[in-house]
Amino acid sequence: MAGTSRRVVVTGMGALTPLGLSVDEYWDGLVAGTSGAATIESFDPEGLRVTFACELDGFDPEDHLPAKQARRVDPFSQYALVTADQAVKDAGLDPEAMAQDEKDRIGVVYGTGIGGIKTFRDQAEEFIEGGEKRTSPFFIPTLIPDIAAGQIAMAHGFRGPNHAMVSACATGNHNIGDACRMIQEGDMDAALCGGTDACVTRLGIAGFASMRALSTRNDDPARASRPFEAHRDGFVMGEGAGALFIETLERARARGAHIYAEIEGIGMSADAHHLTAPDPEGGGVCLALNRALDNAGLAPTDVDYINAHGTSTPLGDEAETQALKKVFDDHAYDLNVSSTKSMTGHLLGAAGAIEAIATIQALRHDVVPPTINFEEADPACDLDYTFNEAEERPVNVALSNAFGFGGHNTSLALRAYDE
Amino acid sequence: MASDIEETVKSIVVDKLGVDEADVASDASFTNDLGADSLDTVELIMEFEKEFDLTIPDEEAEEIATVGDAVGYLEEKA
Repeated sequence: MAGTSRRVVVTGMGALTPLGLSVDEYWDGLVAGTSGAATIESFDPEGLRVTFACELDGFDPEDHLPAKQARRVDPFSQYALVTADQAVKDAGLDPEAMAQDEKDRIGVVYGTGIGGIKTFRDQAEEFIEGGEKRTSPFFIPTLIPDIAAGQIAMAHGFRGPNHAMVSACATGNHNIGDACRMIQEGDMDAALCGGTDACVTRLGIAGFASMRALSTRNDDPARASRPFEAHRDGFVMGEGAGALFIETLERARARGAHIYAEIEGIGMSADAHHLTAPDPEGGGVCLALNRALDNAGLAPTDVDYINAHGTSTPLGDEAETQALKKVFDDHAYDLNVSSTKSMTGHLLGAAGAIEAIATIQALRHDVVPPTINFEEADPACDLDYTFNEAEERPVNVALSNAFGFGGHNTSLALRAYDE
Repeated sequence: MASDIEETVKSIVVDKLGVDEADVASDASFTNDLGADSLDTVELIMEFEKEFDLTIPDEEAEEIATVGDAVGYLEEKA
């Protein structure tokens, strides 16, 4: 077999985020400490417990996709298709000009935490009103979580392995990690991978609000997402997508691609504890972090920066802090931690993907993006969370954490690429 | 009356298939000329049923291949 030693690098990135509709705008927003949260504009949130979110301002699918395709897919697939296009172009590839043999070695591993919730809600209403006679033939193939990966393959002719890992808010990391493993194992030479979600809908907000998972700071949206801060009261829903084009180091070198970073490994585990609450001891998270270090061949002291899951929930941020202290011991206080969800909100299945991009940008630019909205310290959260201001510092090795409802834990290990 | 039905059919076809109105000729085939796949065809029939408040049995729907077929069928039944 091709062996598990194939090195995998990132050569293309694409992002649609509440801070901007490109990787550059997104990164500029992060470094500037900008909040993407505001009162919901895409529908009237009147009557909901939570009336704000981090939406994709100015996104019109028909600016990016053919009109029929834009109307035929759920927003989660629109976001996936657009970020895939961005990442392919950013990697310097023109699929229309590529030989099919080459495209047959490129896979798509692109997931969503929720899938087509807008489609589900609209079609359920049609069904309740009109029965089977009014049930669209496009209902199922628009709703299913794997369809974004299928749509991307159709758009570019990529015929390598194709699927969608689903693990709630750990989806982005699982898809990147799985794609990386399949490249290492020789199933394919390159992949378009990432995550997407479009859950800022009345039903989506109602569902998460009903769990009491969301911040209710309706009168001050921009300051609602405050991970690791004393007065945090839940996460802020975001929407969007992130895509990476990844390939073997050999392939990237052979085609003279610009290399952004190297994927060193991924650690995965379960809490085996509760539907939605984290293990307060952080046991499952410790397993994922240690497995990420082992998989990447890293010592804890090698790590300079951790892009935390840090959703701004009272329990989650404390449990993650506990886990970091157990795994990194004294070094936990030396490295920089930050939660970019303080600015983007929580993009669910896209969170791991856009946070991998934030982490790669930190490695490239030696800048740690901040955790904004710090006012008062929580004694249980006593690490260096890079509060309020971005920090310049050497960043050579970084982890990006993503955990999901169901107790799924992931940590992705990334390294700055050095010729 | 006939032209009303034709106009409505054409507007449904333009909307659902994302094609130019100029291409929606009477003899245009949904699948061969207007790019419809099997799912598009099912959806078109559903839209005709909804718009004209009737039920088109599957065996009759299978005979509706062109814009003209649809207009003729609906003029007779609607």
